[in-house]
Amino acid sequence: MEPFRTLTSRAVVLPRRDIDTDQIIPARFLKGTTRVGLGRWLFAGWRYDGTGAPASDFPLNDPLARGARILVAGANFGCGSSREHAPWALVDQGFRAVISASIADIFRNNAVKNGLVPVVVDEEAHRTLLESPFVEVTVDLEAQEVRAPGVQARFAIDPFARRCLLDGTDQLGFLLAQLPAITAYEQSRRREET
Amino acid sequence: MEQSETPARTLFDRIWASHLVWPETADAPAVLFVDVHLVHEVTSPQAFSALRERGLRVRRPDLTLATMDHSTPTTPAGAAGEIVVTDPECRVQLDTLEQNCRDARIELHPLGAEHQGIVHVIGPELGVTQPGRTIVCGDSHTSTHGAFGALAFGIGTSEVAHVLATQCLLQRRPKTMEVRVTGRLGPCVTAKDLILEIISRLGISGGTGHVLEYSGEAVRALSMEARMTLCNMSIEAGARAGLVAPDDTTFEYLHGRPRAPRGPAWEAALGRWRSLRSDPGAPFEATVEIDASRLEPTVTFGTHPGMSAPVTGRVPDPEREQEPVARRALESALRYMGLRPGQPLQGHPIDVVFIGSCTNGRLSDLRAAASVLRGRRVAPRVRALVVPGSREVKRAAEAEGLHRVFLEAGAEWREPGCSMCIGMNGDQVPPGRSAVSTSNRNFEGRQGPGARTFLASPLTAAAAAVAGALADPRRLVDGPAQERR
Repeated sequence: MEPFRTLTSRAVVLPRRDIDTDQIIPARFLKGTTRVGLGRWLFAGWRYDGTGAPASDFPLNDPLARGARILVAGANFGCGSSREHAPWALVDQGFRAVISASIADIFRNNAVKNGLVPVVVDEEAHRTLLESPFVEVTVDLEAQEVRAPGVQARFAIDPFARRCLLDGTDQLGFLLAQLPAITAYEQSRRREET
Repeated sequence: MEQSETPARTLFDRIWASHLVWPETADAPAVLFVDVHLVHEVTSPQAFSALRERGLRVRRPDLTLATMDHSTPTTPAGAAGEIVVTDPECRVQLDTLEQNCRDARIELHPLGAEHQGIVHVIGPELGVTQPGRTIVCGDSHTSTHGAFGALAFGIGTSEVAHVLATQCLLQRRPKTMEVRVTGRLGPCVTAKDLILEIISRLGISGGTGHVLEYSGEAVRALSMEARMTLCNMSIEAGARAGLVAPDDTTFEYLHGRPRAPRGPAWEAALGRWRSLRSDPGAPFEATVEIDASRLEPTVTFGTHPGMSAPVTGRVPDPEREQEPVARRALESALRYMGLRPGQPLQGHPIDVVFIGSCTNGRLSDLRAAASVLRGRRVAPRVRALVVPGSREVKRAAEAEGLHRVFLEAGAEWREPGCSMCIGMNGDQVPPGRSAVSTSNRNFEGRQGPGARTFLASPLTAAAAAVAGALADPRRLVDGPAQERR
């Protein structure tokens, strides 16, 4: 995983709230056995029209969205299923941070394991960002701050998730280092059960 | 024995504490031990690959149980009982799971096997789902198992790899919320109607960061299958998990199940399980109270499970919504659903009825649907599918002749699986068509591109099948609710 410190990029804005994982990537694209190449199906139901052509009014299809690495979305982003295909699709499309007023639990857990920074800002900053499509936004993970025209907002993030994102390390390594404690726990449970 | 000076603890606290391998600190989450890891074909292949890439083995295949459900076809089996997988991508997913389970010596219930079915149906059926256990699966509806007083929640594929490799998860302690349901549900008002009301009250993000514990007279009166329906949709309120403290209803359900303890071990387990409850006055971070006696058969009208109303009610008017973001969301939902503000829900024409899923695909659900369909016909032009949640459910339903009720009514009787709840296997609602579905999500496109989903109980879904429109099941069923209590 690539370390994440500070990222400045144009932001794509999806002003809807409650964007669920079925919108992020519909279930019919979950039939693969790898995690690569899902970016083309990101927001597939909104992004393409009935004929499969790009929908002209969808922000991700705007020429200004090209190369954007930050997504700003309405509150309760990522609700619904546990599919990690949702952050995989966002990352494959190039996104490294999602900014919202609230983010669903499982999606947030999945995002940090894929180098995608979940950024929850206060409502005022969120409103300003939602009203400013394609402006340059900076997500500063070290300072835990979002900066954009008219916006300077602190954001909270779990210290452990932040460390992993800053270092680009995955959490499995940390868990594997706990194996002696896990073995001891298993042994104590066996003693209790016999 | 509990000491009198021990602080009052919640059921959640008890399960959490007994599974802590390492407590959380400011810098690091807790290491939580997992008793049961359920695995299916869609969210596991990348996790097995991750283990292979790092040269890791599955640590506890004995605590891992796999089945096939999401991408399996439900088309009725051939004369020789064969089930043909025509979708090549689905075939690869199923083969991959088979290979991964063989390599890691994980118990797998493959397509067509005696105990195959939806992962959240077979866990309880086998007696693997037990009070006090921690249960996870790469599936958000893992909350279902909380009906037994197990701490059960959905995880992503990276976490599936964590559990495969270490049998543990890194977790921050969630908050707890008590959802106290007083009174009794009325005739034809079911656990599905109750959970839709709870989601509507909390909002679809109202449970975020919380484990919900359902308590109160109405919850105590529910059967295990109804409690599973209730806990199943906890995630639709944004909650991590739902819990019901185990009681005699739980123990009666579990007794004699293939994996339930037997003999002296059963007595020992009962002793442990009886202590699994929240103490009087135990602190919850939030509490909500709901009066069950006021509820009515309920349907969703919008594009998330929080947008619901009594089936006898009307579609709300966005003009009355003060908050602009909420107004736009409602306008957009009604446009997608093809509904007019203020129109009555009853009588709105529908095209498809789906009875099944991990929410409502169990025997009591099929009995409820059959109680409406017996001696009646599915309306012309309506396609009705009945999809049992597992092979066991299918066998039991056929032993009672329920399949004949469905077939004689003009409904399809299919093989078990997730089917039209998620539409991965080709069972889809056509674009622009309206479906009454006993499943759990009415998100845009959930049941197929452009599909319009109305979530409801099996009774309400069956009533809609007969009427060809949204309908009140109380007009078709006499006497008390048909669901087994």
